[in-house]
Amino acid sequence: MSTPLLPELPEAVRALIGVPMYEERSEFAIELGYVFNTCAAVQNGNPLYWQPEVAAELTGGPIAPPTMMSVWFRPHHWTPGASGERKAMQLHFDLKEQLGLPEAVVVKHESVFGEPVRPGDVLTTCQILQSIGEPKQTKVGRGRFWTIDVRASNQHGDWVGTESYSFLGYKRPQQ
Amino acid sequence: MTTPTTPRLLAGAVEVGMTLPPLEHAVSATTVVLGALASRDWRPMHHDKDFAVQRNGMKDIFINTPNNAAWFERYISDWTGPHGRLGRLSFQMKTPVFPGDTMRFSGVVTAVSSDDSGCCWVEIDLAIHVGDALKTPGKARVAVPAEAGDNPWSRRGDRWQP
Repeated sequence: MSTPLLPELPEAVRALIGVPMYEERSEFAIELGYVFNTCAAVQNGNPLYWQPEVAAELTGGPIAPPTMMSVWFRPHHWTPGASGERKAMQLHFDLKEQLGLPEAVVVKHESVFGEPVRPGDVLTTCQILQSIGEPKQTKVGRGRFWTIDVRASNQHGDWVGTESYSFLGYKRPQQ
Repeated sequence: MTTPTTPRLLAGAVEVGMTLPPLEHAVSATTVVLGALASRDWRPMHHDKDFAVQRNGMKDIFINTPNNAAWFERYISDWTGPHGRLGRLSFQMKTPVFPGDTMRFSGVVTAVSSDDSGCCWVEIDLAIHVGDALKTPGKARVAVPAEAGDNPWSRRGDRWQP
């Protein structure tokens, strides 16, 4: 049954709203090298990330910057035996495919941060489609807006954070 | 004497309307690629100009979302010092930031409060401008120490309400 608010939305897509999907664990070791790469990329000199004695005093040891939360769930670009391109946030790519919208950009991003992520942690995440909008004409093409939450917890069951991504998926006029 | 473990900013020193020190950064292709790879974002519009232009209709590669978040986090912790603990961050990338742009970060305190656990929160309106154009407005909620002996990073469970 379609709703008046989403007249053109396929039933299979509407059924995804609110359903946790793609529960997965981080597939590589969380380690400080990634932290230094991130801090270097934005010239973040926060001693919490560069001086072990500061980390020991403030956070009981090294932690990762909170905004790195999504980094831990992005797969390697390639792994032995994998076929095709490996993508983070598979639910987003499922929607692009099912809605026939080949292009997409992030238009809004919100994160809420919980327990800090530490080297050696193993995180678990799931993806939840929170909302999907009606078809809309934008300056880059016709498409839809949708929002996906990614919730993460650590190996102790502590909530690490939730990232909420709002996308515009669209088809360019010539596509 | 001030050391890295001396709180740089206490809640009592923060007032609504206070502005964060400005920050400027000239963006190059290296800036964009460094940020994309550090965040393990392998999508080609963040390192392949031909793809960004021909497939995405952009004028060049552009800064990706997690790197934008990392820039805001750095901007905030430059101000708070290491005791500042980010609780919430949101932003809207209205138009992309490209190589050749100079990002100009700004922030203004919109609220200062204390929750029922005694955690002190500062709400900040953020912005990245390039020239006169507002590229990325944002908001942050960051915990800062109430006093010298307070450490927001020690808060867990019900004592952490971001």
